[in-house]
Amino acid sequence: MERELRVSKIREGTVIDHIDAGRALHVLRILGLTGAEGLTIAVVMNVPSQKLGKKDIVKVEGVELEEEQVSKIALIAPSATINIIKNYEVVEKVKVRVPSIVEGLLKCANPNCVTNMPREPIKSRFKVASVRPLKLVCEYCGTELNHDDVIKQLTGGAA
Amino acid sequence: MKGKDVLAILDFSRQELETLFDEADLMLSALERGRSLRVLEGYVMATAFFEPSTRTKLSFQTAMLRLGGSYIDLPPEEVSSRAKGENLADTIRMLDSYADVIVIRHRVEGAARFAAEIAAHPVINGGDGTRDHPTQAMIDLYTVRRALGAIDGLAYGVLGDLKYGRAARSFILGLSLFRPKKVYLISPPQLACRRDVLEVLEERGVEYEEASSLASVIGELDVLYVTRIQRERFPDPAEYEKVRGSYRVSLEVLKGAKEGLVVLHPLPRVDELAFDVDGTKHAWYFTQAAFGVPVRMALLKLLLKG
Repeated sequence: MERELRVSKIREGTVIDHIDAGRALHVLRILGLTGAEGLTIAVVMNVPSQKLGKKDIVKVEGVELEEEQVSKIALIAPSATINIIKNYEVVEKVKVRVPSIVEGLLKCANPNCVTNMPREPIKSRFKVASVRPLKLVCEYCGTELNHDDVIKQLTGGAA
Repeated sequence: MKGKDVLAILDFSRQELETLFDEADLMLSALERGRSLRVLEGYVMATAFFEPSTRTKLSFQTAMLRLGGSYIDLPPEEVSSRAKGENLADTIRMLDSYADVIVIRHRVEGAARFAAEIAAHPVINGGDGTRDHPTQAMIDLYTVRRALGAIDGLAYGVLGDLKYGRAARSFILGLSLFRPKKVYLISPPQLACRRDVLEVLEERGVEYEEASSLASVIGELDVLYVTRIQRERFPDPAEYEKVRGSYRVSLEVLKGAKEGLVVLHPLPRVDELAFDVDGTKHAWYFTQAAFGVPVRMALLKLLLKG
């Protein structure tokens, strides 16, 4: 018999659903949340999902996501749905979209890449070669970033 | 091809390369007959070589002159505005405002692509880092076509540093645009061809084999492309000494080769290609170097005039 996990509804904030199982903590890191902020956070991990088989969910009170954060989350949770909650109601539901090109968010791993040259008006640019497993290819030098590389960069070190 | 940037050999189709080669035949014929061409009279090329080069730079400059055009050359770093701290972007903007086409060589990978994004005029990659050298590949493939009448259906051996050597890499990628019978990738294991190149061969259905011994495959080859193994790629000098001997081509080594084997080398050569090969029928590398001019002439003409 399945027991449903009950988390009280949040009044205002964001629910990120359909996160690939095991990645909720990375999502929190991307949002810069540790819990010390005092906001109500609910994290549910590795629960059954019709869509993904298994999934994580993150609910955060009082936080609205910025576009850049959504882009970053899309890379590691390509099936995520972002629900914006106002007055206990879901007022907007957004499915993240993994772009075909990722500009500026990540750093090329090749120290000899032109995008790493100091004082040049250039941003990094990666083509998304595959989503699962995540593979990004630098448009300038062809160096690849895999899932672990991306997580390390987006979460600031601890994969 | 008019107005196109020349950044990587894979940016081109087989068709475009064949058009280029046909044009190069015309250029070669004009040169041989001593005809003076004025096709690019009034046009200016800028050569921006941030990494040393003799052959590539001189052959581009010669090509431009032979077409009736002229060139400006970026001076060495120490005396230029770069010594004052000017960045690459501003340097390229300046050249773009002076010249009709820019040829760039840079130590940093992706520099040519960056330059192409900044410049309105066509940019030609004269070699960036360990990555691409598209015009070298064009010359190499053209040489095979002239030597053997075709590029398809032949067995190729590519020898030396297949991991860091950009001429070897570009040549292998260039071959994938055609239908070689088979490509043998011959290198010390530490300098084996990179995965991304192998993936291209696989995607395009090119049969290949990685080998660590030249002797074991030399009898199969119609074309042998020799490249240098740099000492700097081996942190251990003793290991380098041990390795380099097995990747040398000499008359002795060629005893096992087919009579019509064509030996190519992008030059300059050090000792990986022995002098005793020079006088043989196999030695196509000097002609290959000479073809640099008509091929680059053809390229410049197609880019600037179509």
